[in-house]
Amino acid sequence: MPVMTYRDALRSAMAEEMERDESIVLLGEDIGLYGGTHLVTNGLIDQFGPKRVIDTPIAEGGFTGAAIGMAMAGLKPIVEMMTWNFSFLAADQIIQTAAKLHYFSGGQVNVPLVVRGPNGGGVQLSAQHTHSLEGFYGHFPGLKVVSPATPADVKGMMLEAIRNPNPVIFLEAGALYGTKGEVPEGDEVVPFGKARVAREGTDVTLIAYGRQVPLLLKVADKLAEQDISAEVIDLRSIRPLDTETFVESVKKTNRAVVVQEQWRYFSVASEVCAVLQHEAFDYLDAPVERVSGAEVPAPYARNLEIAGFPTIDHVISAARRVLYLEK
Amino acid sequence: MRYQYLLLAIVFIILMKAARRATRVKSATYGTISTMSMVRDPDGPAKAVPPVPARPSHTGQGIDHDNAISSADNRQEAAMAPIIAPADTFTEGQAQVAYDAEALVGFYQKMVEIRLFEDATTKAFRQGKIGGYLHVYSGQEATGTAFLGAMNRDKGDVAIAAYRIHAHALLLGAHPNNVMAELYGKGTGIVKGKGGSMHLFHAEGGMLGGYGIVGGHIPLGPGYAYGNRYQGGEAVVQLYLGDGSIHNGAFHEAANLAGLWGKSGLCPTLFILENNQYGMGTSVERATAMTELGKKFESYGIEWERVDGMDIQATLKVAEQVQERVRETGKPYAIEAFGYRIVPHGAADFLEQYRSKEEVAKWREKDPIPLLHGQLIEMGIEEERLEAIRAEAKAMADEAVKFAEESPDPDLSELLTDVYADDTYVEPAG
Repeated sequence: MPVMTYRDALRSAMAEEMERDESIVLLGEDIGLYGGTHLVTNGLIDQFGPKRVIDTPIAEGGFTGAAIGMAMAGLKPIVEMMTWNFSFLAADQIIQTAAKLHYFSGGQVNVPLVVRGPNGGGVQLSAQHTHSLEGFYGHFPGLKVVSPATPADVKGMMLEAIRNPNPVIFLEAGALYGTKGEVPEGDEVVPFGKARVAREGTDVTLIAYGRQVPLLLKVADKLAEQDISAEVIDLRSIRPLDTETFVESVKKTNRAVVVQEQWRYFSVASEVCAVLQHEAFDYLDAPVERVSGAEVPAPYARNLEIAGFPTIDHVISAARRVLYLEK
Repeated sequence: MRYQYLLLAIVFIILMKAARRATRVKSATYGTISTMSMVRDPDGPAKAVPPVPARPSHTGQGIDHDNAISSADNRQEAAMAPIIAPADTFTEGQAQVAYDAEALVGFYQKMVEIRLFEDATTKAFRQGKIGGYLHVYSGQEATGTAFLGAMNRDKGDVAIAAYRIHAHALLLGAHPNNVMAELYGKGTGIVKGKGGSMHLFHAEGGMLGGYGIVGGHIPLGPGYAYGNRYQGGEAVVQLYLGDGSIHNGAFHEAANLAGLWGKSGLCPTLFILENNQYGMGTSVERATAMTELGKKFESYGIEWERVDGMDIQATLKVAEQVQERVRETGKPYAIEAFGYRIVPHGAADFLEQYRSKEEVAKWREKDPIPLLHGQLIEMGIEEERLEAIRAEAKAMADEAVKFAEESPDPDLSELLTDVYADDTYVEPAG
């Protein structure tokens, strides 16, 4: 299998699918001539031309709404949010229109739309440019929300996102754009709503998605040095949420730590905990731990930013707590 | 502690009220604007557009700061004088098509059908049979009837509108029974009881909604137009918007995209600004300093013209011509249909404190249906024939009500369907 970066895998999914399907167009700020702020769409304007790779003015609500109109007309638009932080300006279009149009039209209108871009922080962009919005978008029925963590998944899930007849919120792990991994060649679709066991283990289940998955794999290595066998679950998909995979894991390990970059309350980790207490109540040997970001707007200074996000040490400590190895 | 806060709050409110009273003052002078404005087509010669209707200006000139006035005066002052657009501000249209009396009788029938349907919806709402909001179209029929009538479904034309849309659905071929059943929340409703008054869709007839967030639907129009042209289609998208939505960012972002994409012939969007002079209860004058609303399109390179939205002969003259012009050029174009909502904003708008009875009465004199009625009589159409049309329309509305009342509620299983376009599992309540 070829080795690719997360960024290149993402681009190749879009390019391959655009070759196959002329109804796919891209819209976004500086995705064409500029090459994309994060170079995800770099070169696509040369390959597909400006009618398909549409540079838009900086008006997220306008072009996201227009993309919904395009989807209604039979296209499959992929909208780039330069970063998800700007999607609040398009939230009315995404939540009030895209998510509900199929329902309030009584099934007469479909919105096969992908909205994609980097999610999460970690590169000193401070308060307005650092958000993890999976809990926010995950709240709304009518949307599909995914957060791939590996180059293979980002490609396979983008293929699925484009082919899916629903609006898809595609939350890329921006901090992982440069990471490499094996990517299957060809048309390897990764279906939504299927979590992945990223590493098998027996003593404790560590659950995350997106950027926290590689962090958990490092944690698992460290725990192994302490003779603790950790299983790592990559949720991949936030809505629909594959509860079965992590519930089964916890039934085996009897202990769970849920890790996320976003704020603790009303979050994905909260949801996972709720499911676990309901579906695996009799299997739990310890309260489920949530490891989350600090409850503050993201700071700028590097040391403050690092202190505001989950670290390897936070997770090791939480894993040891659910094993009653520390308090 | 709590009661101290309460006391503070009361004192604060009293002080605020006094301050507000002191600053609300009577405008002593009314200015008029009557210059000819020019619309420039980036690719063509300058074109004259009609002058702005004379309106009371409210620029702060002549304010008498020493005369604090009563709350009643404040209201009157805030509400503004009625706006009557003089006839010479409207375009005549250049269409060669003259509608003969027979054709006009057909349009009369459509307008009467809509009016009596709306009367029936209002009655049902007041009887508590219709829930939610109900926004009726009475007074504005001449606009929708003419422009929707210019659509060509063979070429894929569609309409996207906001929430005052019963007429739009009916005019695009939705069955009155299914529209009324939707308002009643019945399983036979046009969107299966899932949308109600604000979300009527009849995709088969080109009616693509039906949206309840003011301004939120506007970007859909240019997007649909682009999508259709991109695929080699020749459709024109009619995008209906109200005067209240033009101050929303979504309008400006969408108009900008439309103008931009139109430069490549990729945005055949006909914006139809239905200026009924009030966004809910806030008059145009109280919503913007630049009250010549059609002119806002110019900022985005979109040509426009104003028509008398209450005279179907005026709207008809323009409708077909601009529809085909947009189709040919692939560029957006805008119509400001100047009119008036002779009914409350919504069926629950009982008080209408924002406008005077005299103003409404004055506009009722321009009601498009009696206007056309008079014209038809002058053309020699017999009163009996028009009476028969009214009777048929009444029967149609009555039948729709009967159908809606007798229809079953939606099956409870409908709650969980149509959330996703595939078979994604959706959880029930509880």
